[in-house]
Amino acid sequence: MRKISDWGNYPVIEAEVNGFDTTEQLKRQLELPGDVIAFGNGRSYGDASLQDRVILTRRFNKFLSFDESTGELCCQAGVLLSEILDVFVPHGWFLPVTPGTKLITVGGAIAADVHGKNHHVDGSFGQHVLRMDIMRNDGSVISCSPTENAEFFNITVGGMGLSGIILNATFRLRKIETAYIKEETVRAANLEEIMDGFEMSEDWTYSVAWIDCLARGDAMGRSILMRGEHATTTDLVNQVHKNDPLTVKKGMHLGIPVNFPNFVLNPLSMKAFNFVYYNKTRPGKHEHVVDYNSFFYPLDAIADWNRIYGKRGFTQYQFVIPKAAGREGMRTILKRITDSGLGSFLAVLKLFGEQESFMSFPMAGYTLALDFPISVKAMSLFKELDAMVADYGGRLYLAKDSRMDAEMFEKTYPNADEFRQAIALLNEGGTRFASLQSKRIGITG
Amino acid sequence: MKNVLILGATSDMAQAIAKKYAAEGWSLTLGALEADLLEPIASDLKVRSGTEVLTFKFDATDFSGHRKCYESLPVKPDAVIACFGYMSDQEKVRNDVEDIRQTIDINFTGMATILSVIAEDFEQRGRGAIAAISSVAGDRGRQSNYIYGSAKAGLSAFLGGLRNRLAEKGVHVMTVKPGFARTKMTENLELPAALTASPEQIAEAVFQGLEKKKNVIYILWMWRWIMLIIRCIPEFVFKKMKM
Ligand SMILES: Cc1cc2nc3c(=O)[nH]c(=O)nc-3n(C[C@H](O)[C@H](O)[C@H](O)COP(=O)(O)OP(=O)(O)OC[C@H]3O[C@@H](n4cnc5c(N)ncnc54)[C@H](O)[C@@H]3O)c2cc1C
Repeated sequence: MRKISDWGNYPVIEAEVNGFDTTEQLKRQLELPGDVIAFGNGRSYGDASLQDRVILTRRFNKFLSFDESTGELCCQAGVLLSEILDVFVPHGWFLPVTPGTKLITVGGAIAADVHGKNHHVDGSFGQHVLRMDIMRNDGSVISCSPTENAEFFNITVGGMGLSGIILNATFRLRKIETAYIKEETVRAANLEEIMDGFEMSEDWTYSVAWIDCLARGDAMGRSILMRGEHATTTDLVNQVHKNDPLTVKKGMHLGIPVNFPNFVLNPLSMKAFNFVYYNKTRPGKHEHVVDYNSFFYPLDAIADWNRIYGKRGFTQYQFVIPKAAGREGMRTILKRITDSGLGSFLAVLKLFGEQESFMSFPMAGYTLALDFPISVKAMSLFKELDAMVADYGGRLYLAKDSRMDAEMFEKTYPNADEFRQAIALLNEGGTRFASLQSKRIGITG
Repeated sequence: MKNVLILGATSDMAQAIAKKYAAEGWSLTLGALEADLLEPIASDLKVRSGTEVLTFKFDATDFSGHRKCYESLPVKPDAVIACFGYMSDQEKVRNDVEDIRQTIDINFTGMATILSVIAEDFEQRGRGAIAAISSVAGDRGRQSNYIYGSAKAGLSAFLGGLRNRLAEKGVHVMTVKPGFARTKMTENLELPAALTASPEQIAEAVFQGLEKKKNVIYILWMWRWIMLIIRCIPEFVFKKMKM
């Protein structure tokens, strides 16, 4: 038995954990009775990969093949996105979609159907998966793709590990000329400006905004819009970069050695942080060339930053509301958050593009993500926010969730019922795939 | 291109070591008992580094077959890293004859026979490097794992002798004592983080150690001192301790 938790350090549970190197070993684990769930790299925030018995996938992490003519990579599900970047960026290839941390597994990327700053042009990770093999609860392996066993494919992408253990996946990498991003930052004085900013940035491959959730009144929603394109060799000005356009210096790694005491995080310190961050960007537009790590993964440079929230842990509230409800909806919800004064260091705003999918989170609309230290006050705020999000036709991201109830899930995920039935059918006999989350939100019993 | 031969290549340590050597531009020859498990490992290394990887079945306990097995390799290695080992739960099996024999056969006899064959070849060629994974458990017999520990003690003594014999022949021999390691054997245990090395740390230390011709390496420096202290405890005190 070992103590285990996901990224928010809430909840922390005792579980029996086992990894595997071969499908045979995995099969033997699935022959034991009881509930299990796959655990990738524990970068979901809540309890999506937690259960009394957890199957670690990190050791199942081999690259199986790569086709240089098409960029098709086939790898086992425990490979980290960071390992893919380490190997392939120097050869001129990049991930089709990446979330704000590269320390997640391919299995976790598919199970949560993660999105990145390019969602409005390239969709989510699952849309780039060409094929995958999945082990079901009876130990059989099923191959699926958008056309072969498509139903199974569709409930696995965004299915949070409930249909089986993803063994391997094939997806296409994108060609890049350099390891750098041409970035433009634009300061926006309030919510109106930032939303205009997004709508005018639709031609950019990458866009995202950092938003100051503590600013109120006219300044509510003040933010910094960051948009980017993969730099070409001609975009590079620095001679060192020019000489070796596909290698970046290994970043400095800061670590947070222990959990921060609670008093460090208070409304004042957060306000100060947000103020400094906003004001370090001068008004107007700024262009610079940055390496891909600083553009996509600023937080990965600080190892274990989750510890700043202390022992009580934290959660991220990430919701999306449809574009139609967009401006008014965002204003109302954001106002409720800023009024609460509970907001966080990090609030990220993004405009998603269209997405049709069975269980995945994204839909055309605005998504906002904020961290909250766990507290009674925050929990009751979330309840209020849930009602607002549901009213506007939006929903919460399962990969970040550790607290929503079954009713909220049922109301906001249109295929909840069908999904529950499909999972029940798959789970018949022997081991069941279920997480603490799936029990809480009523997908599994 | 230099070639490294890794024996017991399916272990976590061995896999990390293989990655390190591949990244450094070496070609690889991987041997393991379950040779089919080497396939994904080999394809992984090829995709990562484009290097040549050859796999073959290696049975540590087929002592008399070791010569033939080594001679059949298409490329003679420049360095050999022997990572195979076997540890069972001693408290359960301390009177199990088969298990005791298995422990000694794999950790000691198998190491001694295959490395002797390789040493002979290296000696004739007048160059080459040999590293083998021994254990801090061999530094002093303790009630909790003296069967495994004694086999590793034998291995450490064997490596010391081999090093002594081959030093003037231009062949280098290195003994590796990892201490706690974060591997599949320990993934369900809480290990003291400060004393636990990752396979990657071990790989880095083994590679650098051989480059620098180190003799005996402990992966984390604390272990050298911990084991020194443990070795210094007088026997009349030690025998009363629960270790
Ligand atoms: C700093 C930070 C930034 C983030 N930014 C973003 C972002 O921008 N966009 C975004 O979409 N997400 C983001 N996330 C969330 C993260 O991408 C997802 O939670 C992702 O699923 C984590 O993957 P993991 O490998 O750590 O899996 P885990 O967290 O361990 O597991 C996540 C889910 O995947 C399932 N799973 C894992 N492996 C397998 C497998 N082999 N087979 C079947 N199921 C499996 C688990 O059962 C669980 O349901 C961020 C997280 C952090 C910590």
